Amino acid sequence: MSRSGERRMRAGTWATLGASVLAAVGCIFAVSAATAANGAQADAGQRVPWADIGRPATRSEIQAWDIDVRADFKGLPPGSGSVSDGEAIWDAQCASCHGTFGESNEVFTPIVGGTTKQDIETGHVANLKRADFPQRSTMMKLPTVSTLWDYIRRAMPWNAPKSLSPDEVYAVTAYILNLADVVPDDFVLNERNIVDVQKRLPNRNGMSFYEPMWRVDGKPDVLAQACMSDCPVDAARLAAAGLPEHARNAHGNLMAQTRIIGPVRGADTTQPPRSTLDAAELVAMAEATMLATVPQQRKPEDLAREANCMACHALDTKMVGPSFREVGAKYAARPGAAELLVGRVKNGTSGVWGDVPMPANAAIADDDIRVIVNWILENRG
Amino acid sequence: MNDSFDAPGAPVDGRAVRVSGRIRPAPENVLSAEELARARRARRSFMGKALAMGAGAGAAAAKAVAGPLESSGPREAIGVEGPGDKAILELPPHTTGLGQPVAARGYGVPSQWERNLQRRESPGLTRVSASSVSFAPLQGMFGIITPNGLHFERHHQGWWDIDPSRHRLMINGLVREARVFTMDDLMRLPSVSRIHFIECGANTGMEWGNPAVPTVQYTHGMLSCCEFTGVLLSTLLDLCGFDRKHGRYVLAEGADGSSMTRTIPMERALDDVIVAWGMNGEMLRPENGYPLRLVVPGVQGVSWVKYLRRIEVGDKPWFTKDETVHYVDLMPDGQHRQYTSIQEVKSVITTPSGGQVLLDKGYYNVTGLAWSGRGRIKRVDVSFDGGRNWRTARLGNLVLPKALTRFSIDWVWDGSPAVLQSRAIDETGAVQPKINELRAVRGTRSIYHNNAIQSWRVADSGEVFNVQVW
Repeated sequence: MSRSGERRMRAGTWATLGASVLAAVGCIFAVSAATAANGAQADAGQRVPWADIGRPATRSEIQAWDIDVRADFKGLPPGSGSVSDGEAIWDAQCASCHGTFGESNEVFTPIVGGTTKQDIETGHVANLKRADFPQRSTMMKLPTVSTLWDYIRRAMPWNAPKSLSPDEVYAVTAYILNLADVVPDDFVLNERNIVDVQKRLPNRNGMSFYEPMWRVDGKPDVLAQACMSDCPVDAARLAAAGLPEHARNAHGNLMAQTRIIGPVRGADTTQPPRSTLDAAELVAMAEATMLATVPQQRKPEDLAREANCMACHALDTKMVGPSFREVGAKYAARPGAAELLVGRVKNGTSGVWGDVPMPANAAIADDDIRVIVNWILENRG
Repeated sequence: MNDSFDAPGAPVDGRAVRVSGRIRPAPENVLSAEELARARRARRSFMGKALAMGAGAGAAAAKAVAGPLESSGPREAIGVEGPGDKAILELPPHTTGLGQPVAARGYGVPSQWERNLQRRESPGLTRVSASSVSFAPLQGMFGIITPNGLHFERHHQGWWDIDPSRHRLMINGLVREARVFTMDDLMRLPSVSRIHFIECGANTGMEWGNPAVPTVQYTHGMLSCCEFTGVLLSTLLDLCGFDRKHGRYVLAEGADGSSMTRTIPMERALDDVIVAWGMNGEMLRPENGYPLRLVVPGVQGVSWVKYLRRIEVGDKPWFTKDETVHYVDLMPDGQHRQYTSIQEVKSVITTPSGGQVLLDKGYYNVTGLAWSGRGRIKRVDVSFDGGRNWRTARLGNLVLPKALTRFSIDWVWDGSPAVLQSRAIDETGAVQPKINELRAVRGTRSIYHNNAIQSWRVADSGEVFNVQVW
């Protein structure tokens, strides 16, 4: 098992990180003490009063959840899987999203493609330097084979994550590596030879650790100046075009994505840009556009409540008026009951259920009354 | 509000009840039975008279409006000549009818008139909506807090509404004792509530090459800011006795299908990272990780692992999928920058902004948001001429570290074309760069960490367009 190559790879990448973390470790105690002081009751060296909250994890619990596999293969369970076994699993469970050869761009970005035998030699994917290269596949970016194994294990297949056994994960990983020419057709991947596979990953040297954006106190690589007046500006850019005209409505009508009150309205992107200001017209259009969008379907009970039916009626108990259940039971079987009740709700009625008359409800829309009445008739108990 | 005042009471027996204080007891509680009966009689008599006086009262009112009272006392404005606004002259149903009862909506929802403001996907950005993003409508928000229902979403394998009584958090790895916490356990611990922004590392990522999307919702809407409540991760790590010598990193892992994993340096973990259940005073929304998520202030959203189930302490970084294949920044030389986590200083004008139309010439309170993953916002400058001249904006009352900061500035639009920009400076002195300055170093293909100055061009028609000016 030769990890020297991998170690070398990481030595350059992570040297600065190691140094910075070592520096940080020195202040961990101070930070931690300050943190405890936040809890107000903890003194240095004293057991915190909440120290007994929680319980020890059992070995089987840790085993069930601690499934991560690190770049140095810590956490990788033993097992093996062949390219041909992987192909069978792939065709059954993976190809529908990723394509038979992992090349599909239909559902997800491609997994395989864009890498060469030369890349396997150098550990840098040359196509990543090309601005005109259309897609960046997983295999073009992947620096660590452990990541592929770990991700398939934890998150795949898409709709049944964690359903593959370790051997199946080895097999699917082997199949993807084979599609990218990293391993031969007859290869059987296991926990021992995966270290050698790492040394053939096309982009294994393609990552740089960038510390200034890892540490909160890092310095930005792009240092701008805060010029205040007569600052240099590319005059030609001042009239620069925005989105192309054909993309104007690509995100839907922006008029329907902006509030209908305030200092602005959304632009009507179903039409070409306006040439003049016309506040009154814009205001009216914005409200009409909003009203044309369908509000969420309201439930009959909500309609009844909004129409204030519930001020006098309840579902099951008699209040000022009869319960909806009583009304439903009385009228449900009667022919033309719906029309009768719609009329009574609309125009009011008296003497049917007692002395208190039901007032007319002219303010409720006919359609809403019909929905409420049908709901009452369906809930006859 | 301790000032006492005289509340004019209902006429009772010819007298107005004058009671000092905020709460005026109902008459039946202060009057004897006899006084109450007298008051009722008087009220009936009063109303009868009022009805009889109907027409005459109208005439009297008209006279009162016709001219100023001949008095040396304070004078009320009487208004100008003109027909008047129907919205005032014709009383609407809500003024003349009965409104909704309490608890008509057990959980309140926004007004029906606000339905234009929704989280939205950007068409064509992703192919599968369970692994996608919805953008927050920044163009319609006020202050610095994002309403929970409008918080942006990013799901890697769909969202869940998890039974909180069955949710567990495990802390394992380089600790004295691996421990398991229920939600009951966690919510008993000392907690903090802090306001922080969360921004996806890919926010504004579509704009690296050219203007690609029309509004601030799509250019900057993978951004939200909430008050989060939870226990500091340091409290939990202390409780489990983490290995202070070798424990240099933690891995956060989610309980959903994607089981998102991200490496966080111990230095961050012990600083201000929160294991949070609360969000703006209520529990987290399911779309935002209910019942438990990690809050990693200043760091890109992908590290704020939702449905948090496990924290592992380790001595090396993990190189997870979202640290190697995604959330890596491609540089012009073909190398990817890895572990670019901090969200650098950034700002954007939200009113007016792309896709909007100014209603008229004249005064505008131009306003927007500024933030930095490295600390507080120190200053925001705004330009109306595409960056040639700048003025310093006002900052809102709350200027908190690693939180959105609201800025605003006066502007009188004269009706001619203008290019609006904002430029934030944080407390470390870092100045928000222009897009060409970013491109000179990072090229156009890095996807992540575009913190460039945003330009909005106002046309003479009042319409605002997303452009790139430098």
